[in-house]
Amino acid sequence: MELARKIGASVLGGLAYVGSLTTLSARAVYFTFIGPFQGRPARIQRSISQAMEAGVRALPILSLITFFLGLILALQAAYELRRFGAISFVASAVALSMIRELGPLITAVIVIGRSGSAFAAEIGTMKVTEEIDALETMAIDPIGFLVAPKFVAMIIMLPCLTIWANFMGILGGSLFGVLKADFTFQRYITASLDSLFLRDVVTGLIKSFMFGITITAVGCQEGFNTGGGAEQVGRSTTKAVVVSIFLVILVDLIFTMLFFVLAQD
Amino acid sequence: MTEKNKIPPGGAEFSGPMISIRDLRVSYDGGREILHGISFDVQRGETMVILGGSGSGKSTLLRTLVGLQKPSSGEVWIRGKNFAAISNEERDEIRTRLGMSFQGGALFGSMTVGENVALPLQEHTKLEQSTVEIMVRLKLDQVGLSGFEDFLPSQLSGGMKKRAAVARALAMDPEILFFDEPSAGLDPIIAAGIDQLILELKKAFRMTIIVVTHELASAYLIADRMVLINKGDLVAMGSVQEMQNSKHPRVRQFLDRVPEPAVAQELDYLQMLTEPSSKQGEGRQGKSR
Repeated sequence: MELARKIGASVLGGLAYVGSLTTLSARAVYFTFIGPFQGRPARIQRSISQAMEAGVRALPILSLITFFLGLILALQAAYELRRFGAISFVASAVALSMIRELGPLITAVIVIGRSGSAFAAEIGTMKVTEEIDALETMAIDPIGFLVAPKFVAMIIMLPCLTIWANFMGILGGSLFGVLKADFTFQRYITASLDSLFLRDVVTGLIKSFMFGITITAVGCQEGFNTGGGAEQVGRSTTKAVVVSIFLVILVDLIFTMLFFVLAQD
Repeated sequence: MTEKNKIPPGGAEFSGPMISIRDLRVSYDGGREILHGISFDVQRGETMVILGGSGSGKSTLLRTLVGLQKPSSGEVWIRGKNFAAISNEERDEIRTRLGMSFQGGALFGSMTVGENVALPLQEHTKLEQSTVEIMVRLKLDQVGLSGFEDFLPSQLSGGMKKRAAVARALAMDPEILFFDEPSAGLDPIIAAGIDQLILELKKAFRMTIIVVTHELASAYLIADRMVLINKGDLVAMGSVQEMQNSKHPRVRQFLDRVPEPAVAQELDYLQMLTEPSSKQGEGRQGKSR
């Protein structure tokens, strides 16, 4: 009985949390797409600087990690495939696993580490130093001013980063292909592209779009939830990262199941 | 309750009290009541100092006046509008006529001082960028910070930060200016400078000014009237002269800086813990902290 109550309470808590994330996202959508037509500022400049920070500055580390990841995938695939004399399938194995799953996921994880945590820390610090209160007394909505530009930046940049990650992953795989599996670079790339359907690319990008919304909502929500004191900022930052990773995996699962069901029909 | 007519643009004169509080009660989420029914008026051009010890509820009172804290009952009328009963648009409109200087300055750390001061102008007016820049220079000049436009708040000293925050609060030419602990954490010379600044603003712009503080010297200097808040109750209200002549034990204790009798304080603290929302009697001695 006690256990049932505890499970019930945590389920309710979880639902309430998802509800608050949805409210935050809905308000960010309002300030992004509807507000500017009602005379509210569009804050394009702020969105661009957020996109630079969350997107462009993530490129070096993202490139390096996904290149290595592609190489690892090739090695792991080849390990099994060569026993069946099917090493030429390395290209398609790497391409498919990168584009369908690992590209979007690893990009999301890197962006959580770089930007999701930064959102929580930035807004949390502003909460502690009364800057959020200051915005409100100046009749500037904190969601419109702080969250909406991040939101725009993330839903644009995350799919872009994912495309780049996919590309770098295939490039990493090609290094193995060219050195160890008798591919030419040209042939490796052709084999990769031939194994892909447009559907694979699109589902990956839809997922990354959803990840962008999730990461922004959690990061900002945790920032706004910060209580008083500097140590609380650290706590919300940690929580933002943990919750974001969990929710990204959950969203991933839900959409993968959805695409699976849709593909059967 | 709400008046539907909009505030006339350009800061047209409003004849009634600028701020009017009626039986204001504020509780935090947990249910503990912080303010137990406070009423007073502030007239146009008046400087009202809200005095009170730590934990007396004076900061909560200020937060309620600027709409950061919702009253649990009672009314806050700003410029003839009931703050709790108006639409968000109307509230935002009133807020553009208020300026608030926060205790720690609350300047945006990622923006320069100039950008901080420019922000309300860019958000609420359609002024050209060049005009905004001129306004920013004027405001910074007013608080004695000319030439600091391109500095980041982290590069300023405590007193300069506070001045920059005042410049930002002044950006929209507010009719009512709120100060939360203007001299907290500043050395006496800098603090006196801030007092001087408040006096100048009052003289030059006939601004209505609300100052929350526990600094007596500063309060005597700038106040037209003062209220003393103790544990969420308004204990006394009057001019500087009236307060200094008051026989009220709590006023005397505060103004004469008499420490709490230790035993009474502990009893009182226990009482506060066990009966969180109980209204305390006038005669009892003791601060909440």
